[in-house]
Amino acid sequence: MVLGVLGIGFFVLPFVGLLGRVPWSDLPALLSGPIVTDALRLSAIASAAATAISLIIGLPLAWLLARAEFPGRAVIRGIVTLPLVLPPVVGGAALLFALGRRGLIGEPLNEATGLILPFSTWGVIVATTFVAMPFLVITVEGALRNMDRRYEGAAATLGARRWTVIRRVTLPMIGPSLVAGLVLTWARAFGEFGATITFAGNLQGRTQTLPLAVFVALESDRDTAVAISLIMVVVALVVLIALRGRWGRAM
Amino acid sequence: MRNGIVVALVVALLPTACGSTDGGRAPAGSIEGVLLVSAAASLTDALGEIEAAFEAVYPDVDVVLNVAASSALREQIIEGAPADVFASANTSNMDKVVDAGEVAGDPTVFTMNLLQIAVPEGNPAGIAGLEDFSREEILIGLCAEAVPCGDFARVALSEAGVTPAIDTNEPDVRALLTKIELGELDAAITYVTDVASTDRVDGVDIPIEQNVVTAYPIAVLAGAPNPAAAEAFVAFVLADGAQAILSRYSFTEP
Repeated sequence: MVLGVLGIGFFVLPFVGLLGRVPWSDLPALLSGPIVTDALRLSAIASAAATAISLIIGLPLAWLLARAEFPGRAVIRGIVTLPLVLPPVVGGAALLFALGRRGLIGEPLNEATGLILPFSTWGVIVATTFVAMPFLVITVEGALRNMDRRYEGAAATLGARRWTVIRRVTLPMIGPSLVAGLVLTWARAFGEFGATITFAGNLQGRTQTLPLAVFVALESDRDTAVAISLIMVVVALVVLIALRGRWGRAM
Repeated sequence: MRNGIVVALVVALLPTACGSTDGGRAPAGSIEGVLLVSAAASLTDALGEIEAAFEAVYPDVDVVLNVAASSALREQIIEGAPADVFASANTSNMDKVVDAGEVAGDPTVFTMNLLQIAVPEGNPAGIAGLEDFSREEILIGLCAEAVPCGDFARVALSEAGVTPAIDTNEPDVRALLTKIELGELDAAITYVTDVASTDRVDGVDIPIEQNVVTAYPIAVLAGAPNPAAAEAFVAFVLADGAQAILSRYSFTEP
């Protein structure tokens, strides 16, 4: 009981500290400034896009890892999980080596199409997706493995074709886990910093998301930094609390 | 933790051991413990060598270098992070630390630096001077405005009448240098010392009338856990041996 209360204190205290530094009277002015609005827009775009891409690519990937038997599956699963474990800056550096202008894929891509990912908004989306997608893959893969497959078998026996089984049995059954995975993915994408600043750089209006804006503001304008931190906490809390029902059921 | 207690005990017992309370030059035998030096990113290599030289003279001291952008270090110190010595890449960050009452005594300028344009090996974008920084089609990086290197770069550019087409504001000069090394950026403004520190970056000089000469102040901090070693370190940095090391890394004598 004491340890549990200590745990609560551990998480609540920093936010209390943050609230204590908020310049309440200046808040409206600080929050409507271009630095904050640009960062908010970029963070919204990047986290939404990263979550969407994670769903589109991550769901099939999770299926592959859970249901398909192929050599090296364990290794592939390990690699997909790496961004969860590696420092995000390392992830960003790796992306640079692969997709940068002089990168393994990036250089031929640039020469063929003129496309440059670093220092662009798409670069932010790539970096954010890279670190956030593993959350969706791991959550969904776990759900697919643990579900009772007899329901799928029963549906097939009753004459349902493969796609119908997926659509009307499997997906609804893993629904809560899928939602939980999406929430985690979005949350990770929203707070992403290291891979973004290393791969996409830092420029207001193009690549400076909310976390990057806080980082820069901490050294030049403390009040703005605190104001942005407050927004991030509020937005995150709203999303997490709104989905608490689904979260609870899946966990 | 234990080191901290040992250092605190040593510092507390020093006056009784020496029999004097002034800040005079302590005998080498009492310079010991951990020494926390917070230094600007551009000093990384030179201070690394100075650290080794210092530890050779004072073998009981373990120098710990905390290297980052001067603006980041300033914030850490003002917020109470433990440190013995602060070496900043410009005087304005040091002044802010002085104003916050965190400096013991007066800061001293120990070395100086000049700006230089950094380009990837072979200068693929054909950068010739500051005017090239207004080209939209190339990838240009500067240090963030709050960082000394970024502040000076913007001064030089505005004095030259150039509006730069910036693609990224990096958190410190070494991060900027790395992106040039990798060829991911076409041009950046760093210090002469940064370009000199690596073979994979070429430098384009900025003529002296457009350039900014930067002064690096060093100071012992008011809350220093190890003031005796801190004073010795600052004295060491100002002496000939360390100054020769700095020259070899292309720093300018003050």
